[in-house]
Amino acid sequence: MKMPKIITKNLNLWYGKFHALKDVNACFEDKRITAIIGPSGCGKSTLLRVFNRMNDLIEGVKMKGEVLISGANMLAKEADLVNLRKKVGMVFQRPNPFPLSIYENIVFGEKIHAEKIKKSRLEEIVEKSLDSVLLWNELKDRLNKSALSLSLEQRQRLCIARLIAVKPDILLMDEPCSALDPQSTQRIEELMRELKKNYTIIIVTHNMQQAARVSDDAGFMLLGELIEFGRTDGIFTTPQDKRTEDYITGRYG
Amino acid sequence: MERHFDEELKELHKDILKMGALAQEAIFKSVESLKDRDKVKAQEVIDKDVYIDELELEIDEKCIDLIARYQPMAGDLRFITTGMKINAELERIADLSVDIAQRALELSDKPLLKPLIDIPKLSHVAQNMVRDAIDAFVKKDVELAKKVVLSDPEADKLRNFVQNELINDYMAKDPNTASRAVPLLLAARHLERICDHTTNIAEDVIYMVEGKVVKHRLEELK
Repeated sequence: MKMPKIITKNLNLWYGKFHALKDVNACFEDKRITAIIGPSGCGKSTLLRVFNRMNDLIEGVKMKGEVLISGANMLAKEADLVNLRKKVGMVFQRPNPFPLSIYENIVFGEKIHAEKIKKSRLEEIVEKSLDSVLLWNELKDRLNKSALSLSLEQRQRLCIARLIAVKPDILLMDEPCSALDPQSTQRIEELMRELKKNYTIIIVTHNMQQAARVSDDAGFMLLGELIEFGRTDGIFTTPQDKRTEDYITGRYG
Repeated sequence: MERHFDEELKELHKDILKMGALAQEAIFKSVESLKDRDKVKAQEVIDKDVYIDELELEIDEKCIDLIARYQPMAGDLRFITTGMKINAELERIADLSVDIAQRALELSDKPLLKPLIDIPKLSHVAQNMVRDAIDAFVKKDVELAKKVVLSDPEADKLRNFVQNELINDYMAKDPNTASRAVPLLLAARHLERICDHTTNIAEDVIYMVEGKVVKHRLEELK
């Protein structure tokens, strides 16, 4: 049974005159991992950034169409962007913890979103969030240490924990493992499988094997178009479009 | 864009074709040895089988190596995985040809029970099927592969014919004919099994080309 979490309808995006997304129609299902693949500049990161309206920060951006998240159009004038960014968290290529303590990193969002919170409540959030990224046991005795003292993998986990602390529904991941070694990559992938029980995850990756391993659904983008979208096993064994086939078999270019 | 990988895939393709040619030769010679009561030819089939076994291992190793080094996807993945399966089917076909050659040896010193009529017909069906299946693989020809799959019932029918005749007209009437009837019955059975393995090859070709699974789903052929 399909449970759509994000639906895009005729989504178009321009950076000035550059048409970066062309009539993207897709349905991202709840509690599944969807991978978006495609060559550099195909629009996959742009698409990801539409989902929490991060592109708004870029000058000259124009969008048309609809992006329904849990039924509400996020491109509408009345869209609640503060709530959107709480519900839709983003993990980046380079883990980017704040130069604060581990503890402060986790409670940062909660402190902004709520005015006065009890200390015990914050402690509970820190434990839960770190626990959900499997860092609690490792870090519980050094929560006041700087987040910058952590390894790259731990930092990336911490960044995910920082999102989870504000109770999102959707996690967007833009090349979350490209700065990590293969073992850390594997552990982050395991974490993603764990997290999809509670969240909708969309990952952009250049690593085809990673997309094939970790995702349930996959979309292939080329020159701003979503060429093919479907179950991952189908996309990687029997793609329907010649362009998808050429890209995933390395014939593109 | 031509990839280095394409060169390796071409090599694999060549090896599978070679395997196909060897299997075809084995069937042809084994059937000839049975018809002509030719011990030398039968022995040739048996002796040559070790080369086919070696080639099977080589192809298998090549496929595993390609998967490990290139992590193929889509059409490449389907080609390599079906290549492995076709390789195994061809090796089994060659083994069954050895079985036929052994039946030919068993019969070579005994007077012929009856003139062979349906076994040559069956061997004709089998050889055509194998030839077409390999052609379908080479040309990526789905229609030809379908034709192969649809020919299999003909082989089953001929095998039943041979079996009924040998049991009812010979062994039931005179048990002393058994030593000459059983090898013929087995030869028919070996040929029919060759057709079954060939059907598998044809089904694999359809998967390789179209990504469609028709194995155990005959209705998909329409």
